[in-house]
Amino acid sequence: MPEEAAPAKAPPMLDAAVAFGRVLRGAGLRVGTDRVVGFARAMEELDAGSREDVYWAGRVTLTSRPEDVTIYDRAFELFWDSGGGARPRPRPKVRFSVPQPDQSVFPPKKTVEKNEGGEEAVKLRYSPIEVLRSKDFALYSPDEFAELNRLLADLRLSGALRRSRRLEPSARGRYDPRRTMQAAMRTGGEAVRHRFRKTRVQPRRVVLLCDVSGSMAPYSRALLRFLHAGVASGAKLEAFTLGTRLTRITKELTTRDPDQALRQASGAIEDISGGTRLGDAVKEFVDRWGQRGMARGAVVVVLSDGWDRGDVAVLAESMRRLNRLAYKTIWVNPLKSAPGYKPLAAGMAAALPHVDVFLSGHNFESLEELARAVAAAAEREG
Amino acid sequence: MPPGVSRSGELGELLRGESYLADEGLVTAIFLALKLGRPLFLEGEAGVGKTEVAKVLSRILDTPLIRLQCYEGIDVFQAVYEWDYARQLLHIRAAEAFGEEDRAHVERDLYDREFLVSRPLLQALEHRGPMPPVLLIDEVDRSDDEFEAYLLEILSDFAVTIPELGTIAAERPPVAVLTSNRTREVHDALKRRCLYHYIEHPGFEREVEIVKLRVPEAEEELARQVAAATENMRSMDLYKPPGVAETLDWTEALVALGARELDEKLVEATLGSVLKYREDQQRAKAAGLSALVGGVRSAGGDA
Repeated sequence: MPEEAAPAKAPPMLDAAVAFGRVLRGAGLRVGTDRVVGFARAMEELDAGSREDVYWAGRVTLTSRPEDVTIYDRAFELFWDSGGGARPRPRPKVRFSVPQPDQSVFPPKKTVEKNEGGEEAVKLRYSPIEVLRSKDFALYSPDEFAELNRLLADLRLSGALRRSRRLEPSARGRYDPRRTMQAAMRTGGEAVRHRFRKTRVQPRRVVLLCDVSGSMAPYSRALLRFLHAGVASGAKLEAFTLGTRLTRITKELTTRDPDQALRQASGAIEDISGGTRLGDAVKEFVDRWGQRGMARGAVVVVLSDGWDRGDVAVLAESMRRLNRLAYKTIWVNPLKSAPGYKPLAAGMAAALPHVDVFLSGHNFESLEELARAVAAAAEREG
Repeated sequence: MPPGVSRSGELGELLRGESYLADEGLVTAIFLALKLGRPLFLEGEAGVGKTEVAKVLSRILDTPLIRLQCYEGIDVFQAVYEWDYARQLLHIRAAEAFGEEDRAHVERDLYDREFLVSRPLLQALEHRGPMPPVLLIDEVDRSDDEFEAYLLEILSDFAVTIPELGTIAAERPPVAVLTSNRTREVHDALKRRCLYHYIEHPGFEREVEIVKLRVPEAEEELARQVAAATENMRSMDLYKPPGVAETLDWTEALVALGARELDEKLVEATLGSVLKYREDQQRAKAAGLSALVGGVRSAGGDA
């Protein structure tokens, strides 16, 4: 850090801290009041005249992820170095642009009175769900996307079961001295009945990697909604997008409202509908998350058409590693449903040998099939 | 706070005295954690020295280090306390043998402190001494949500409630250090209680200094060559880029072999102490070991 361009004549620390906190919030960091107070306290312990000290005091109290640091650095520069730190501004002008997705992606609710045939909107409500279930996502109208949310809300996405390390009471299994003792207390200290416990089973983690590049655009909307439905259902699930780079969107998708969640997520994804460097993005996932533990024992689902503008060898190698780390790898390719489909895309052909299950994912029915595949992965191999 | 330290710079000197070279950010984070009595949450790649921070702190504060290694499925009975059931049962038998009639009395005795087994978290709270202990909660990311929630409670109140006994509170909050390898995102609520710092790999000059500090037997030239080679490896796109821990392991291995300078043969013989994946070793070899040795910055220039 460069040296003292200090916040000249600092106002009471708290005011400055509050104003800075507001800037960070505007930039997208989750900075609650408690953090702001922590920042002010930290500054009291350090030299508030030293830029370096202020910088670190803020960084250790106001950020909590390495990803936060870039935003923090930019905001810090703008706020403290523009002289703004001296005057706490009620409404800082600092705004970071959050790309707003196309209107049509998030249809305004209930604006359509009549559809193209001149029929009333009421009719849409009764629009045969069955048709929608098998309709290709690429052909969806905005209203049908809204309908899709309702369908997805009922879709349960939960990983195949695995044995956990936690124990639960059971009629037989390992001896349980704690509960035996508790029971003994009720029978005058005599362990009349012995208690046992066994390992609990719990769902495996599910990791979803969704391609959001240009060639996937007709499907990525629907698939992102699918990701949201999965995260919102409270399943043990992690979601990432693959594009020119890798973006983790689990946190953004935790909001209940699907439209809001997607808006947040697309703020996080900067490369939506951009080019595809599939191999690099998958590799980044394996390097940064997968190998450290996220993919271990998990069911990993890649949703992509397999178009890769990068080096195909990277994709093949990354998928091979991913397949070794993960419990099961599932590839979902919306194009697979096309009659006479062959995995001609170089990326797809390279990845296929390292995939356990290959599915289509172009309509709602195929997503149901995916949910079944995710849950069933264990049954074949106990 | 260790005696005689009132500014973060002084703390940095003390750490260095214990052979731990921390950058300004980490020193400030530790300083604030001690000053404000808040837990310190450290993240970073494996081998950057997260756990070491707690060890060094216990040395400079001259206080015991209490370590809780987290793992999947860890629960209260492994982390905080457990009743000693076998002894309790024996106690009942003994009471019977001595003809103790008062059942309520026997029961009350059973849940006495003497039948309680303290696990690390309770040990840290019960510690009595001139200085609070250093509590290292290692690899929090390996535990699960339920345990995280429990930690949250302990780290905000520094007290536990045992139903049969009552509340046990710390005299003074222990110096808590939490580490995570980021295999998963730890809950925000837990991070909010803590001061957060992400430890990066050190830069070249700092790494040379670390090597010289920790492996004093290594020659200056060797230290520089090793640091340059590991820095090279980190840019090589490996499964597991070497951390400072690996740099030190490697240097020690080289010193044990009597090396004074790095050459291709030595690298090949000792590669296993710095790269722990077969694929990584192959990649390094494919890139050319001589390149690793060759790309050394000249000594003395900017040291």
